[in-house]
Parts: sequence; C-alpha cells; structure tokens
Amino acid sequence: MVFSPVSLLTLALLGYVAGGIAGLVFSRWERLANVLSFGCATLAAGCGTVACASLLATGGTAAPVRLQLLPTMLPYVNFTVRLDSLSVFFGMIVSLLGFALSLYSLGYVRGFYGRKNVGVLGAFYNLMLLATTLVFLSDNVFFFLIVWEIMTVAAYCLVSFEHEKPETRSAAVFYFVMSHIGTGCLILGFLLLFQACGNYGFADFHALGDKMSPGTRDAAFLLFLIGFGVKAGIVPLHTWLPQAHPVAPSNVSAFLSGVILKAGIYGMARVFFDFLGTPPMWWGVTVLTIGIVSAVLGVLYALMQHDLKRLLAYHSIENIGIILMGFGAALMFLHMGHPPLATLALIAGLYHTINHAVFKGLLFLGAGAVLHATHTRDMEHLGGLAKRMPRTAFFFLIGAVAISALPPLNGFVSEWLTYQSLLQGFGTTDSLLRLMFPIGGALLALTGALAAACFVKAFGITFLAQPRSQAAAQAHEASPTMLLGQGVLVAACVFLGLFPTVFLQVLDPLTQQLTGLQISQQLTLANGLVLSGTNQAGGTVSTLGITLLGIALLSVPFVLWLVFSRGAKTRIAPTWDCGLRGLTPRMEYTATGFSKPIRMIFKALFRPRREVQREYDFSPYFATNIRFEAHVEEIFETKIYRPLNRWVLWASRRMRALQAGSIQAYLIYIFITLLLLLLFAL
Amino acid sequence: MKPDFIAIGLQTALLLLLAPLITGCIRNWKARLQNRRGPRVTQPYFDLVKFLRKDMVISEHASWVFSAAPYVVFITALVTGLMVPLVTVAAPLSLFGGVLAVVGLLALSRFFLALGGLDPASAFGGMGSSREMTIAAIAEPALMLAIFTVAITVGSTDFSHMVAAAQQSGWDLLNPTHLMAFAALFIVLLAETGRVPIDNPATHLELTMIHEAMLLEYSGRYLALMEWGASIKQLVLMAILVNIFLPLGLAGGGSAAALGLGLAFFLVKIFALAGAVVLVETANAKLRLFRVPDLLSAAFVLATMALLSTFLFH
Repeated sequence: MVFSPVSLLTLALLGYVAGGIAGLVFSRWERLANVLSFGCATLAAGCGTVACASLLATGGTAAPVRLQLLPTMLPYVNFTVRLDSLSVFFGMIVSLLGFALSLYSLGYVRGFYGRKNVGVLGAFYNLMLLATTLVFLSDNVFFFLIVWEIMTVAAYCLVSFEHEKPETRSAAVFYFVMSHIGTGCLILGFLLLFQACGNYGFADFHALGDKMSPGTRDAAFLLFLIGFGVKAGIVPLHTWLPQAHPVAPSNVSAFLSGVILKAGIYGMARVFFDFLGTPPMWWGVTVLTIGIVSAVLGVLYALMQHDLKRLLAYHSIENIGIILMGFGAALMFLHMGHPPLATLALIAGLYHTINHAVFKGLLFLGAGAVLHATHTRDMEHLGGLAKRMPRTAFFFLIGAVAISALPPLNGFVSEWLTYQSLLQGFGTTDSLLRLMFPIGGALLALTGALAAACFVKAFGITFLAQPRSQAAAQAHEASPTMLLGQGVLVAACVFLGLFPTVFLQVLDPLTQQLTGLQISQQLTLANGLVLSGTNQAGGTVSTLGITLLGIALLSVPFVLWLVFSRGAKTRIAPTWDCGLRGLTPRMEYTATGFSKPIRMIFKALFRPRREVQREYDFSPYFATNIRFEAHVEEIFETKIYRPLNRWVLWASRRMRALQAGSIQAYLIYIFITLLLLLLFAL
Repeated sequence: MKPDFIAIGLQTALLLLLAPLITGCIRNWKARLQNRRGPRVTQPYFDLVKFLRKDMVISEHASWVFSAAPYVVFITALVTGLMVPLVTVAAPLSLFGGVLAVVGLLALSRFFLALGGLDPASAFGGMGSSREMTIAAIAEPALMLAIFTVAITVGSTDFSHMVAAAQQSGWDLLNPTHLMAFAALFIVLLAETGRVPIDNPATHLELTMIHEAMLLEYSGRYLALMEWGASIKQLVLMAILVNIFLPLGLAGGGSAAALGLGLAFFLVKIFALAGAVVLVETANAKLRLFRVPDLLSAAFVLATMALLSTFLFH
C-alpha cells in the first residue's frame, strides 16, 4: 500500500496548513481563495477520515504510533501526537464532519462574496480544523494546551466573523471569557497531575489517579469537570453556547456544535477513564446528575426559541447531557465493580457522541441553507420551504428524526443503549442511589419526547404550510455542493442507525483501552441484524429489521389500494377556511404559539412575561393594530451570571481606585510588594 | 433466528381485523350508557371501506410530508403490534425490539401525525399538533417509568420476557407495585389513545379537539389509514396493559388448542379493559387543557411510588 494510514493522517494535517495559507495568500481573489482553502480542507478531511477509520477498523491503534510533528524547541514541549484509539476515534469525528462541512462551505461561502473576506474565513476555518484535530491527537500537556488555545482563538475569530452586528461581538467576547475560565481550570488540573507524576506525557498519566491522594484526586476531578464542562456546555456553564453558536457562519456553527463541544467530551473521557483511576461513587453521581439536568433544561429552553440556529444550539446542551448520562453511569458502575455494564454505558456515551456530531452538523447545515436562501433565522418568517427546497427539507427531516431519538435512525440507537445500561444498573447495588437509574431513564424519556415536540415545531414551522414572508416565498434550493455536504451526513445518520453492530466493532479498541473489555460480540445477535443488551434476556432491538419489516408491511396499504381505491381520484383544493376568503399565512400556527402549552406547564421555570398593546377605533374586538411582546427568562442568566457580572464590575470599580495614575503611588505599591515578598521569603 | 412468517401473518391479520371492532364496541357501549342506541359495533369496518373507496381532497398548501404521514402512522402501528404479545407469550418479532422500540415507534408515528397536522396551513391542525406533542411529552415519562418498574423486576425490556416472568411468578395483580404501575399505565393509555378526560374522540369543537384536529384535512384513503392506524395503536397499548399485568391464558406453544384458548382469554381481557375505558369516559368530563398535566403528573407519581414500593415488598 502506498499510503499507510499514518502518512495519510500527516497528509491531512499538511492539507489544513496548505488550505489556511492559500486562503490568506489569495484573499484578494475570493473565488480562488474559496476553492483553494475549502478544497484543501475537503481533501485533507477526506484523507483524515479514511486514515482514522482504517486505523480503528484494522486494530492499528493497539500499539499507538507516535509521531513528532515539529522539532523540540524547549524542554518538556514536545510536539508529538500519539495515535491511540480514543484519539483516533475523535480524530475520525472531526475528519468526517470536516469533510462534509468543507464540501458544504464551497457553496455556502459564496453568499459572502463581495461582503466579507472569504480568504480570511477559509484561513481561520482551516486553522480551527487543524487545531481541533491536534487537540484530539496530542500526546502531552503542553502541546495539548497550546492547540487547545489555538482552537479556542480560531473559533473566537470565526464566531466574530460578522462582527458588524453588536450581538455577534458580545457573544464572541462572552465565549472568549468563558473559554478562558475553563482553560484556567484545565491548567490547574494538569498541574495537579504533573505534581503526582513528574512528567507531562499523556502516556505517563495512565491510571495515575490510583497513586494520588484522594483529596488531590477529587480536586483534579472538579477542575477538569469545570474546565472541560465549559467547553462542552454543561448546565450551568452553558450560557455562552446558545449565544455564540447561532451568530457564527452556519458551516462554523455546525463545527462548533458538532465537534468543538466534543473536545470537552474527549477531555472528560480521557481524564476520567484513562487518567484518574477507579472513581469514587460521587463522581459518577455528579456526572450523571449534571447529564440529566443538562438534558432536560437544554431541551426545555430549546422549545422556547424561534430562532432556528439558537434552537439547535440549545439542543446541543441537551445532547451533551445525554452523553454525560452514559459517562456518569459508566463511572458509577466502575466504582461498583461492574466493568461490563460500565463498558455498555461508556459505549452509549461514545455512540451518542458521534451521533450528535453527525445529526447536529446536518441540522446546522440545513439551517444554514435556509438562512442562505431566505436571509433569516427567525422561524416566524419562514414556512413552506418543503416545496421550495425539497432536498434540504428532506435532509433536515432526517436530522430531525435522528435527533429526536426516533427509530430507526442513529439517535435512537445510542439512547437505546443508554436506557439499557441505566435499567440494568438497577440490579448492581442495594443502596437508594440505584433509584437514580430508572428516574434518570424516565427523565431521558421526557427529554426525548420534548425533543420530538421541538423538532415538530422546528421542521413544521420552517418547512411546512404557507410561507410567512416574501423572503420565504422566494426561497431557492441550495447549491449542489451544499446538498452534497448534507448528503454525506445523511448517509452517516442512516449507516449509524441501521448498522449499529458494525459500528460497535470500531468501538472495541476504545473500550479495551478505557475499561479493559471488548463487548461488541456480546451485543451482536443474528449475524449483526440484532443489537442486544449485555445479555439477550435484557432486551434486543433491530433497527434494520424494523425498517425492512416496515417496507414489507407497505404491502398492506398497497393491497387495500388495489382492492378498494383504484377508482378513487385525488383532487387538489384549498384548505377549509371556515368560510372566510382564503387562509393567509397570518392565520397559521406560529412557533411561539406551538410551544405555548409547554411554556404554561413549565411556567415556574420560564417565568413568561408578555406585553400586549391594542389600538382600536370603535370596539376592542376589532383592533387595528396589535403589538405583542413575549419574553422567557433564562434563569441561569438572571440568577447567576448577571449578579456575578455586577459583582465583578463593582469589584473592578473599587480596584480602579488603586490605579490612580500617579507614579508615586505605583512606586509605593512596588515597594510594599517587595517588602512583603522579602518577609514571605524569610 | 428464523422468522416465523405464519405467526407474523396471523398476528398482522388479528391486529388489522380486531382493532376496528374494539373502537366500534367502545363507541356502541358508550352510547348505550348514555341511553342512545349508538352505531353498530361493526360500523368502523364500514367506515374504513367507505373511506378507502372515496376520492381524496388534498390541500394545495400541503407537501409530500402530508402524504407520507398516513403510511408512517399505519405501518408503525402494525410494527409495534408485532413486537407485543397478544395471544402467545412470545411475540412474533420480539427480537426486533421491546418496550423502548415500541415507545420509540409510537413517538415516530406521533411525529409524522403532528407534521401532517401542521402541513395544510390550517390553524386547527397546528393547534392539534401543538397539544398532541405537549401531552405526549408529559405522558411519556410516566409511561416509561411505569414500564421500567416491571422491566426492572424482570430484568428485561422485552415484552415476551416480561410476560413470561409474570406468568411464572403467578397471578399477583394485587401486589401494590403492580397495582400502582397498572393505574399509572391506565392513565397514560387514556392520554395516548385520546380518551375522555384528556381528549374527546367524538368532538369536532375547535377548542377541545386534539387528535381530530390533526386529521381534519385528511380524506379518502389517507383518512382510512389514519383511523385504522389509530385503532391498531389503541389495541396494541391495551394489549400491553392487559398482558403485562394479567398474563392469564397466554399460549405458550403453537398448538391450535392453546392458540384458541389464548385468543379467547385475550378477547375477554381486551373487552373488559375496553369496558373500563367506557366507564371512565362516561363518568368523567373532559379536563381543561391545563389540568391535564395534573392528571399525568399523578400518573408519574404513581409510577414513582410503584418503583419505591419495590424496595418495600421485596
């Protein structure tokens, strides 16, 4: 073979570099810059996908390959990547998404021609892809933190790409600040690990937690939970996410939600399962609780949105919650000494990780196509797009079915695994804590049902019925490359949904590395047609079987048609309008109206407020003008972040008194500091 | 595994043929309790044939989703029916999925039903979809938790295993865990099938209808599929309820005698449950929309108590 997977992967990294440079160099010729930078990214990501997939499938990660990318310049700072299975798995996610998104971008960024600098967009985009890939592959703390920062900064630049809008600027700055609070925690956490180990290599950290004192270990756990949690967007550290993700260009939003959040998940998987050893009970309980809370609150807030991309961003919080439910359960089972169950729960979490990347990427691309065609993200101005953009509508529907965890697509499979691990977990202990599992399962069901409600709203209001604005009425289908990019992800959704037993084999090396077990054989029945829990009695499911059965059963309606309705005709006619003069789009249900029952049921959480002003001539029943305004409170923002913000501002105003601008005063400060340090040194 | 095509065929036929009869019986008995003569119990069959023969009128605003929805609703109802034991302990396709798949498929059917309601651009359809999805969202945790209570004691999410285990452990409906889980599931059944305290299947009053509102624009063959799918779904949910908690008389083997006995027992149980539904429908008024969550949270609390009681009575 001419290209080994490792050299393909190197090629991919070089491709990102080339794409980034090409974008900058040719930034004055926007068409060329677009084709070169996003073309390079497409090819590079394609190489990366093939390389990572073949590494995982052929067991090339059993003995991790190390690669030095740049010569060592400083002590400790090794630019080395290590291709172990966890890294390669996440590398596969970033490459797969990168491939689909870059393809899509070739068409999408044409919308920026003449308005924005496409070359710079391409350069930062390639930089972000490169840095994210290296985050997953890096082998030591310094390299990891460096690329982590590059990833954050590149993402910040991309979020603020349309910086002429004030909401974009404030969202980007908020993201920047939150990210750095997270990075600060990470640095402290890694320092604790370094203290216990004396080295900076990730390979040296393996199972390090068993050698640390319980106190430092718990401190490290908390620091990493916060540090990676900010990136992943767990509640209550999530508030930056629904602000930053929607304002970025849609291809970038898809990457932020699909992949960069997973950097936090990768970090948690790496640290909790690889580094920190056998966990105490409360870690698992904490992570599971955070998962449940994030899932339920994420979807509830998502339901309240009528900005399509903001709605999707809130769903990312929900899905991160579902992933963490798997991880939390896995930590609990590890503590209780049930590695097979822990492996099942971990598989559920990892499976949902790639699923979320795929369907959320797909949905953001669909939202981007809608935005591209109509120039609005507000669902109240959309509608009727299923007729105007049929392919985009179909792709979005696939994504919506997948994210709502409906069979037979991939979201269902990973939630099925999560349910299985939770239910079987009930028998592992006698303590009251086991109640967490079924209750968690019930809340997962609530999450799933609310997600379905939310996507009925998102799809129904955006794509069905009559267009609610001129822009929506004149929408056009997305360009071929944009459709192709979405098509890649649709294919991934279908594959991951219908062939789970094939994909589970790819996860075997991962679980081998993290829990020491490979259970894909146990989960496979009937030549891979049926997916089972750890034992067959526990429950089985076959998404492929359900699909085939459904297709076979289509013969029933066909026979009915043959027997009864062959003579029947079909007529197209207006919808019944109660005798008025035709239905107008203003009579349709709105996104806000659709979610009103849920807003009322959970009003203790949302605290909805509304203002209605009517103007009328002779009778209040015949208003000539109505102004309606409705608000929902984001409780974390009003109760935590704003008070904190006020407090920080107050404190910094006080501090300002110190910085009065007089040199004499500064000299005194320096003198006092010196004295104090000297005293301290004594 | 070799799929038993005869069993699949027979169960499909049973689902298709029995479901309209249940709907007809409920309508007829309800009318009698209200001192009306009511339609014949076989009326739904005639209705279905009539719908199938009629021309269809499709809204000019509707897209392909509107046409896909009836098929999804009908097919998912049949597929779920094949995973649930009706007459025999082992459902023909229990290997293809258990509780989680059935709940998932019902959600898929509801998803398309709600989209079909939104598609013709009528405000009624949107209203129905919005309410349907809301009620489903709060019913689902109670449904899951109630079934989990049984699933956990059995250690399986597979209906056939649950039923087999329930048969082995003897007939203990009076076990408080089962009683509370049964009560919770009964409330959920009323919600999922659009029965009176939650929805009124006999009304076309815009302020109260939920399920009917989504079907308003359907006609002809599509309406037949929708109605038939809804009856099959109702039969499947009722079968889950009676067979999990009262696995009496389910056929273990495939002999004709066992199957006949199983069918007889099944019919008795299902019609008894239908009678209970009729009594509840007649004795209660429809709840105001925003009181429905109270009822469903009562179901959730019942299910939670059922779960807690497994600690006390084990």
